[in-house]
Amino acid sequence: MNVMRLPKEPAAKTIADARADFPILGEKVHGVPLIYLDSAASAQKPRAVIAAMVETMERQYANVHRGLHWMSERATDAYEAARVAVARLLNAREPEEIVFVRNSTEAINLVAHSYGRGVLEPGQALLISEMEHHSNIVPWQLLRDERGTGLRVVPVTDAGELDLSAYERLLAAGPVGLVSITHMSNVLGTVTPAERIIRLAHEAGAKVLLDGSQAIVHRPVDVQALDVDFYAFTGHKLYGPTGIGVLWARRELLERMPPFLGGGEMISEVTFERSRWAPVPHKFEAGTPAIVEAIGLGAAIRYLEEIGYPAITAHEAALTEHALARLASVEGLRVLGQAQDRGGVVSFAFERIHAHDVATLLDRSGIAVRAGHHCAEPLMRRFGLDSTARASFALYTTSGEIDALADALAKVREFFH
Amino acid sequence: MFGDLADLYQEVILEHSQRPRHGKRLACFDASAKGDNPMCGDRVQVFVKHAPDGAIADVGFEARGCAISVASADLMAEVVRGRSAAEVKEIAGKFRALARTGHSGNPDDEALEALQPLAGVHSYPSRVKCATLAWHALLAALQGRKEASSE
Ligand SMILES: Cc1ncc(COP(=O)(O)O)c(C=O)c1O
Repeated sequence: MNVMRLPKEPAAKTIADARADFPILGEKVHGVPLIYLDSAASAQKPRAVIAAMVETMERQYANVHRGLHWMSERATDAYEAARVAVARLLNAREPEEIVFVRNSTEAINLVAHSYGRGVLEPGQALLISEMEHHSNIVPWQLLRDERGTGLRVVPVTDAGELDLSAYERLLAAGPVGLVSITHMSNVLGTVTPAERIIRLAHEAGAKVLLDGSQAIVHRPVDVQALDVDFYAFTGHKLYGPTGIGVLWARRELLERMPPFLGGGEMISEVTFERSRWAPVPHKFEAGTPAIVEAIGLGAAIRYLEEIGYPAITAHEAALTEHALARLASVEGLRVLGQAQDRGGVVSFAFERIHAHDVATLLDRSGIAVRAGHHCAEPLMRRFGLDSTARASFALYTTSGEIDALADALAKVREFFH
Repeated sequence: MFGDLADLYQEVILEHSQRPRHGKRLACFDASAKGDNPMCGDRVQVFVKHAPDGAIADVGFEARGCAISVASADLMAEVVRGRSAAEVKEIAGKFRALARTGHSGNPDDEALEALQPLAGVHSYPSRVKCATLAWHALLAALQGRKEASSE
């Protein structure tokens, strides 16, 4: 395949070098250096991603799959090379199992529409969990309201883990067509036991969708080893641009599912009587796709491959351990959840200081955290809170930044006393 | 360490947010409305008791929110006592201007003087709504609505 060449970078980058690849991390806010602890909301972009997107627009841009001219062929090659990179990242059987969408939200809506309305049988229920992001709740509620599909919710334990015995009970409580569960909580950092979830679901005859929006940033994902049926993630959290996300699904499922959106690019023949769909994945990619963004995501994946997941996972595990220890010693601070298996996301709350006030104070020290319900209101309610502040870590986060956070939090408490 | 934040979190604000004087549901009230800010999850319910002449006799509130939203509700409850609905509407308009721009246009106005400690929010655009939330709820209650429309 004629893949667009990207500026070559020296091989085997180390985590310590990586920070310098993110231009924005040199910025100041309110006159102090930026400490960006909001990567779970959206990650910053390495130069390699920015360069790939600029290079595309400056030198190799045209619409894809349409033109019979040189530029269109180059752009198509680069766009399809990004699909190959995603397939490699997920260890998919073939690139045709990769559907480009806008973000995780669209990926889940696609499944709710095309699988939920097209394949799910009457009487089959849906199973989600109490720790889902709204984007893995609302599409299923829409389906339930339209079709009367049953929607069961797996509770979360006090430790912030999925209640597996309740899960087994809910699976046994009547036919389940699809289990849609997060692979890692964006609030608690909990990594869910995907293999077990999937094995139990399959034994009960249900398919499984994993919302990998957070997990894939921190852990290697192998869809074949997991034996999962659908996997969704969003590019902007994985150091790629906004506007590009991925739905992976087994080919046989994609083939059985009717299209989501109709229009150009997704057909093989159109008459006013009827249309025939293009083969997968194009059947699900109606209209001009996010060409530049897909190429940017491809560059992000190649960048991650240079560093390698083992280094990323080890770095973030050390950061998380350090953060939990430092935050535990801040007086009056409550950290949510104590899951055994967790990634680099930590939510916390002071008894008497609202999360927004905490975030405003931290911001003045240059520290960016997220405050609010994190699009997971049911989970907040489960822990008896309206909002928390959340710090999240990325491959470029340093333990010095976590020390700065803990020190600033101690000062926040003094400020409000 | 937090330098200019003292402009936003003035002593008066901290005091009113930590020990609000009107932060309770009134035992009997004539009107009530809720306001919520879906963006950040702040919630407030305002209760109004009228005097025989129609003026506001008392205001209480229940709030779950940040220091700014609680302090603003408490200061509001103090300022609107004894005033007519028309006066409240006028003060609310001027307060909105104060919160957005830092100026109210009329520095001698007695009601606005009491609200002056909240002027600092104008440099924090994402927090302006925290300050105006209770006012929206109060205006809704005075118009007989149960819920404030969001801006
Ligand atoms: C677990 C989880 N699922 C889904 C999403 C939605 O991602 P997006 O807004 O990019 O669709 C997010 C991010 O906000 C998330 O953290």
